[in-house]
Amino acid sequence: MNGAQDMGGMHGFGAVLAEPDEPVFHAEWERRVLALTLAMGATGEWNLDASRFARESRPPSEYLSKSYYEIWLAGLERLLAERGLVAPDEIAAGRSLQPAKPARRTLAAGDVAGAVSRGSPTNRDAPQPARFDVGDRVRAKNLHPVTHTRLPRYVRGHVGTIARVHGCHIFPDTHAHGHGENPQWLYTVSFDGRELWGAEADPTVAVSVDAFEPYLDPAP
Amino acid sequence: MSLARDDPRAGDHEHGSELSDTQLRVRALESVLVEKGYVDPAALDVLIETYETKVGPHNGACVVAKAWSDADFRRWLFTDSGEAIASLGFTGRQGENIVALENTPDVHNMVVCTLCSCYPWPVLGLPPVWYKSAPYRSRAVADPRGVLRDFGFELPTDTRIRVWDSTAEVRYLVVPMQPAGTDGWTENELARLVTRDSMIGTGLPRRPEDVTR
Repeated sequence: MNGAQDMGGMHGFGAVLAEPDEPVFHAEWERRVLALTLAMGATGEWNLDASRFARESRPPSEYLSKSYYEIWLAGLERLLAERGLVAPDEIAAGRSLQPAKPARRTLAAGDVAGAVSRGSPTNRDAPQPARFDVGDRVRAKNLHPVTHTRLPRYVRGHVGTIARVHGCHIFPDTHAHGHGENPQWLYTVSFDGRELWGAEADPTVAVSVDAFEPYLDPAP
Repeated sequence: MSLARDDPRAGDHEHGSELSDTQLRVRALESVLVEKGYVDPAALDVLIETYETKVGPHNGACVVAKAWSDADFRRWLFTDSGEAIASLGFTGRQGENIVALENTPDVHNMVVCTLCSCYPWPVLGLPPVWYKSAPYRSRAVADPRGVLRDFGFELPTDTRIRVWDSTAEVRYLVVPMQPAGTDGWTENELARLVTRDSMIGTGLPRRPEDVTR
């Protein structure tokens, strides 16, 4: 979706302000939101792509006015409500008001280390050969889905070159919406800075995105 | 704080009441999730401990220091980054496919996630606030030299800049150039030179004279 999360190339946000000796968390609730998000992710009630969509699909003014852990909290609350696991009135009450719908799994303390070190690889067997090879020129499609996508606006319609082939991976555009893993070839596509930002742009800059095959057309 | 104007230096105390509302809401949510049996409170504590104390940029610094001091490892790192990094014990969540990027006198690499906050957790830990903020995500791809100036350094005008936008599940680790005058340093000594920002591409390693060997 063309939401506020898709920020590449926007103006007006000002300078990057790095905090010297920044702590990992700035408040106790941030620790809890991180842990709750990871623990609920481990239940298998939704996948990573669905959680990204739950965070980004909100009015731009709301997205931009929240801190990052506030966005995670809002995304988590939305997923819990959509799956019928926790209703908003239960959060307001601070206790369960309806019988718990069983979750698929619960992450036990003893299983955290294993789960963290295994991760959730998205690589899948290739259902068909790759359409593109390193060095091929491709044009990012001019797509504007209202659903989840990982093709940023700033490359749409522009021509780049395949720089790397990463194998086949779960396709976020379908996976986020319960339409299956639908594995697709994944490529790093490199764009000249002037192709993206115009003739006046810095000629020493190249920008790459990691793009799934359905995002790309061959270019002459 | 907000995404659009995340100024961590402003301090949380200026928004005390707003934050305590969030604190109360998170506490309430946690109570409900525990009561329903969806989360194990002990697992939450282990998750927090993992990302607050165990996984962090010290892991990535080991990778870089080894790449500086061991030519065979360096070759391996740039041909099969995932296997090479896994050989040091760094694997897993948000690092299932890691690619190491080599800075050279001609090419400077810089990593961003314009769409959210993708970051190589097993080697760098959780991302800093600025990495997730609108100023960085909006400008890194369009004005990387300007962003580097925000971080206090200027690249030579003829150095090419490669910006890697992590839009899928590949995670990138920048391997900065080894500072001059550090030949013969041990891996442990070299690791002290490696900063988090130098592995994102928004900073340089420390100078040899700034660390204790």
